[in-house]
Amino acid sequence: MSDSPVAVEQHGPELRHHFVDMEQQRDAASLGMWLFLATEIMFFGGLFCAYLVYRYWYFNEFAAGSRSLDLKWGTINTAVLICSSLTVALGVRAAQMGKRKLLVILMLLTLVFGFAFLGIKGIEWYAKYQEHHIPGSSFDASDIIKDYPQIHIDPSHEQIYFSLYFAMTGLHALHMIIGVGIFSFITFCAWKGRYTPRYHTPVEIAGLYWHFVDIVWIYLFPLLYLIDRKPLK
Amino acid sequence: MSEHIVSSKIYYAIWIALLVLTVVTAGVATIDLGPFNTVVALVIATFKALLVVLFFMHVKYTSEKLTKMVIVSSLFWLLLLLALSMADYTTRLIS
Amino acid sequence: MATAAITAEREHYLNKEYGIQSWLLTTDHKRIALLYLISITFFFFIGGFFALLIRLELLTPAGDLVQADTYNKLFSMHGQVMIFFFLIPSIPAVLGNFLVPLMIGARDLAFPRINLLSWYLYVIAGLIYIHCIVTGGVDTGWTFYTPFSTAFSNTKVVEAGLALFIAGFSSILTGLNFVVTIHRMRAPGMTWSRLPLFIWAHYATSIIQLLGTPVLAITLVLVVFERAFHLGIFDPTRGGDPLLFQHLFWFYSHPAVYIMILPSMGVVTEIVPCFSRKRIFGYNFVAMSSIAIAVFGFLVWAHHMFVAGISLYSALIFSILSYLVAVPSAIKVFNWTATMYKGSITFSTPMLYAFGFIGLFTMGGLTGLFLAALGIDVHVTDTYFVVAHFHYIMVGGAVMGYMAGMHFWWPKISGRMYPEAWGRLAALIVFLGFNLTFFPQFILGYLGMPRRYWQYPPEFQVLNVLSTAGSTILAVGYVLPMVYFLWSMRYGKIAEDNPWGASGLEWKTASPPPTFNFDEIPEVTWEAYDYEHIPAPAEVPVER
Repeated sequence: MSDSPVAVEQHGPELRHHFVDMEQQRDAASLGMWLFLATEIMFFGGLFCAYLVYRYWYFNEFAAGSRSLDLKWGTINTAVLICSSLTVALGVRAAQMGKRKLLVILMLLTLVFGFAFLGIKGIEWYAKYQEHHIPGSSFDASDIIKDYPQIHIDPSHEQIYFSLYFAMTGLHALHMIIGVGIFSFITFCAWKGRYTPRYHTPVEIAGLYWHFVDIVWIYLFPLLYLIDRKPLK
Repeated sequence: MSEHIVSSKIYYAIWIALLVLTVVTAGVATIDLGPFNTVVALVIATFKALLVVLFFMHVKYTSEKLTKMVIVSSLFWLLLLLALSMADYTTRLIS
Repeated sequence: MATAAITAEREHYLNKEYGIQSWLLTTDHKRIALLYLISITFFFFIGGFFALLIRLELLTPAGDLVQADTYNKLFSMHGQVMIFFFLIPSIPAVLGNFLVPLMIGARDLAFPRINLLSWYLYVIAGLIYIHCIVTGGVDTGWTFYTPFSTAFSNTKVVEAGLALFIAGFSSILTGLNFVVTIHRMRAPGMTWSRLPLFIWAHYATSIIQLLGTPVLAITLVLVVFERAFHLGIFDPTRGGDPLLFQHLFWFYSHPAVYIMILPSMGVVTEIVPCFSRKRIFGYNFVAMSSIAIAVFGFLVWAHHMFVAGISLYSALIFSILSYLVAVPSAIKVFNWTATMYKGSITFSTPMLYAFGFIGLFTMGGLTGLFLAALGIDVHVTDTYFVVAHFHYIMVGGAVMGYMAGMHFWWPKISGRMYPEAWGRLAALIVFLGFNLTFFPQFILGYLGMPRRYWQYPPEFQVLNVLSTAGSTILAVGYVLPMVYFLWSMRYGKIAEDNPWGASGLEWKTASPPPTFNFDEIPEVTWEAYDYEHIPAPAEVPVER
């Protein structure tokens, strides 16, 4: 009952009035975030469906486009995100143990990794811009066609690969930017001492979001960068 | 969400595993395995994702069955979208 | 004593605070429900206005009221407004928001602020769409088919797409709120098998909203990008596949029709036992059929694409699956009927609408099976047969369910009784107007009149005139409740806590409820629909 002595005792300022106790509030927040991640799986899923269809139809163009991406940057970026997931996980642990300074440092590190990822993404996209691989009126796949004299590369099919490349990495980058924004706020709140072992739900559920964005990249990396990396004969 | 505090050693171990798998997947891509290149890449990616979900997202340490239901259901739904769409595309040219 | 203003002594959610800020910044799920009620009614008028213009044009075979391009805009916007701004939110956002916490014994939804955000997203989406309407509208059909929408249409596709994208997030957040609430905030003793079936229906609906709407969202994003940057993803001249758009679009839009019907089914499942004074027959079957509809509903989308160019094999698969999805709906109809058998029936207004729902939904559903048969579909697809089919379900089904629910819970929401005689009259007018409007359309479609055409061969005129006549009667039937509901807020008989003698926790608190719903959270020790223990009301309340 919401008016029992136990519940009254637990009514701190963080407990919203419509919840019975902190545990119910935390469980609700957690379930809410997991359900939101389910919607995100379907949101990205539409792009994965388009990718699957066109990779099935235009494998050659997809392979050629994939090869034109810089494998070094792609691998480094994957590693950067993995490091950021580590700092997030360690951060949640620090919050659980009430270690405020450690939490703040880990949150700042996470932001550093996040910005590093976005910076590298910018470098890659700029390279695509210079190579005229950005879809639209200035799209030009002639350099790719030159690299594959034996197989027929259709420029409009190649453009579809790059449309999906930019759509998928773009949507992912947007989620990273939102994640960086969320974690900036979390870092500020952590620095202000708002998180305790009893209440650190925002850190937990923001962490879930961040790990999800990492997982999306874990799939994007092979699907976009590793379609065909066999040495050219 | 359980308040089980995971030892930082486990987090570091998972981190190393993820980095190693990243290098492996990039390396294997340069070896010619024919159609299995894609399979291997996706298997490795799925294993990496599993490590993140189970350890970093604490799913291994939660007693909450609902969380696992949500994950499995959403993946199943995505599979529905992909599989039933491809059922059309893969059978179109059969006359 | 019947016409006194709501007694000021007792505080409840309506009189707790006054002023526009207390409404626009509320987090009370009951107030948010009323905010939605006002907004969706507004859009119902807009969508209805487009419908009347369509029916006026179709009075004569020639295209003489509006231009062909304008006609394209009329049916496109009628569809989008009615679906996205009226039907999809209607029961969940109004009745669901109001009742879900009450029915499970909670003080509010799990995330009250997100609930308010849902409404604001809906309003923003609505404003963008209104701007789209007044600056030119869309003419692509409500379905935005490519490549017309991406490469050829000169109308405001991007703006409409943006509006629907935002409205989609409103829908997703509502679904998320409901699922978390139902899982985490049930009162002690309120086990899953004691939940009202209205809750089961909304749970199933929410699953669809969560898993389907994001796919529509990303599809709209792709359409907007394609249109803005000439990408070619859906353009056949550039290697794209228009059918990919249709697959992604219908992956959401078919389950969307179950978003629109499941809540109505939930409403009917509350009303039928109450006015039969009998426990629902087959509780488990009704609960499981809601989940089954939600799941199977995702397996059938390409039945909208049978003649679009999908492979014959996938058409066969989707046809068989479409037959399957009818089964859980039929199970519900059997259960409602079995509930009424040997019950003590009262033909109150909610029950009249429920009867209308059962009959008309059954007709709409059965004609859906006709459409699921590939051979028949080739003949009637893109004709008025399809138009009649979905209006039987959406209007004869979903809207009637909404009206039933509004009348049933009006005493709880407003603390007043509506005038029962007028209620029954309006229900009858709606039923007659509806059938006159849409039954001729089955015949027209079978005879070959295409949909979305602004002119037609003269031999179809008589049936079209009947249809238009019906639509004016239907309009009267819809306006009447709006008038008497408003009237009742000042002059209606003051409602008791449980004027219908209904089961359910919402009837155990005052009408209207206090802001925090219950003075004390109840502990549930009884099964749902225990009508053998609830005395029938001494009389069905009838305004003198």
